[in-house]
Amino acid sequence: MTAPIELRGRGIVPGSVEAEALVTRDPISGFGGIDVATGTIIEPRHELFGVCFTGKVLVFPGAKGSSGWSGFFQSTRLMGTAPAAFVFDVVTTKAVLGAIVTRIPTVVEASPAPLEVIRTGDTVRVDGDAGVVTVLARGSAFIQ
Amino acid sequence: MLLTDDERAMRDGEEGAAVAAAMDLLIRYGEALGAERLVDTRNVAGTMTQPSPAKAQLVREGGWAKAYAVINLDSDERLDIPRMKVPTCQLQHGFSDDADGLTGYSTQSIELQGDAESYFSDRGVNILATCTPYQVGNLPVRNEHVAWMESSAVVYANSVLGARTNCEGGASTGAAGLTGKIPYWGLHDPANRLATHVVRADVRVDTFQDWGMFGYFVGERVQEARPAVIGDLGLPDLTDLKHFSAATATSGGVELYHLPGITPEAPTLEAAFGGGAPPDPIVYGPAERRWVYETLNAQGSSTDVDFILLGCPHASLDQIAQIAYRLEGRRLRDGVQLWVMTPRALATMAARNGYTRTIMRAGGHVLTDSCPAMSRAAPPGTRVFATDSAKQAHYLPAILGIEAWFGTLDECLDAAVTGRWSGGLA
Repeated sequence: MTAPIELRGRGIVPGSVEAEALVTRDPISGFGGIDVATGTIIEPRHELFGVCFTGKVLVFPGAKGSSGWSGFFQSTRLMGTAPAAFVFDVVTTKAVLGAIVTRIPTVVEASPAPLEVIRTGDTVRVDGDAGVVTVLARGSAFIQ
Repeated sequence: MLLTDDERAMRDGEEGAAVAAAMDLLIRYGEALGAERLVDTRNVAGTMTQPSPAKAQLVREGGWAKAYAVINLDSDERLDIPRMKVPTCQLQHGFSDDADGLTGYSTQSIELQGDAESYFSDRGVNILATCTPYQVGNLPVRNEHVAWMESSAVVYANSVLGARTNCEGGASTGAAGLTGKIPYWGLHDPANRLATHVVRADVRVDTFQDWGMFGYFVGERVQEARPAVIGDLGLPDLTDLKHFSAATATSGGVELYHLPGITPEAPTLEAAFGGGAPPDPIVYGPAERRWVYETLNAQGSSTDVDFILLGCPHASLDQIAQIAYRLEGRRLRDGVQLWVMTPRALATMAARNGYTRTIMRAGGHVLTDSCPAMSRAAPPGTRVFATDSAKQAHYLPAILGIEAWFGTLDECLDAAVTGRWSGGLA
């Protein structure tokens, strides 16, 4: 690819990180949705069932389910299984509080739409201070 | 974010370091949401006592003050935690001593939680220990700003009671209890409380099971939106609305719905939309009803049932009475366990009325404080469970890796007595 693609949104948790993206169109549940000890999605009907998000830039539409969402992701921080960054579209109390207590760089409401642009395996930079997500390199898994 | 004088004073430490940390979190949280200000609240429902591996480690390092600082205030400072500034309650948490020995849930965790109860009740936290605070005397009035977590209680408070709360979390409620403040955002603003969708039941919705299935459909279809729900509906009671509310917040993230003519903010369908024209309805017909039933029952293959779970959300006294009446003179099959989860305040009344004795004579248990999903524990060896709760049927297979059947109370109790699941969609 040529120039890196920039997505501009609102940074809600500061800090900057570069990591591999993990993208899902399914909203994520905390309680009953993730296992904090392994950093894995455990909801049977989820398209990422069984997939580990530790150290990844988690790109997802938003949070769903129990109000335990923030507490579950906070536990991933305390247990060393947290994602590297969050990028999501739908601003809810669950997801926003979750991002704050997980203490990872977070950008919301970015444009162009992250779910249209970013693919699993891409290397991306999330800058929570500037509110910018940059796709630095396409993943090898991506075949056009 | 605009702060009042008292909020600035709290932020600047005039009420101590813990209150300052709480205000710092509320400001970070409010600004991330895009809130313009905070609002006063005098009713907080959160969680601080439930043990977890991460929390147990923090308690070892610095006691409950450290656990509260890190988990409930997102602060790594060493803080003394003062008494809560406004009425604050503990929601459901882990199993209590009434469940000791019934599961693999450790006595150590039960004792750790008992220790937490002492610490936090000394700081003004009422240990209601239920997902249904509205069943045991915590009933905010209409239009009251509250700060609640527990998704099923949040949607009940907004929809049925007409109180105003977003779906808060452990940290925002931890900060709200110490400050009496929460971001004025989302459902605190009446402009954000109007309906966005219409869901119309073309099949009859009347029984407890009907309401749970309908709620599961509504949540699946509208996700985080605000539905007005109409159609061929019977008049729901508290337990029906408790089941419906929990289901909408399980398959989706519904925090507010309107039942025109029943819930307080929607005297009519038009009123639910602020006088505007309602959109075309999403229809719940026979095919949709069957889809819900089959989805909730797609997690069972063996009809040999070894565990029955009732009381999700926590059972009302009426529900416990119905269970007791149906178990009179009957006996659970050997190897089958039956638990009824309820708030401890209602367990006291269930015992007083003799319901608990009847249920125990049949071989069942009335338990408090928690549920198998919250405590991640069922009777040892459980492979297949049955429940009348859409929420528990949804969550428990993922959490415990067991099979699930979802049905009526009668079907669940027949399974308890025979050890066989023979439910079906009527």
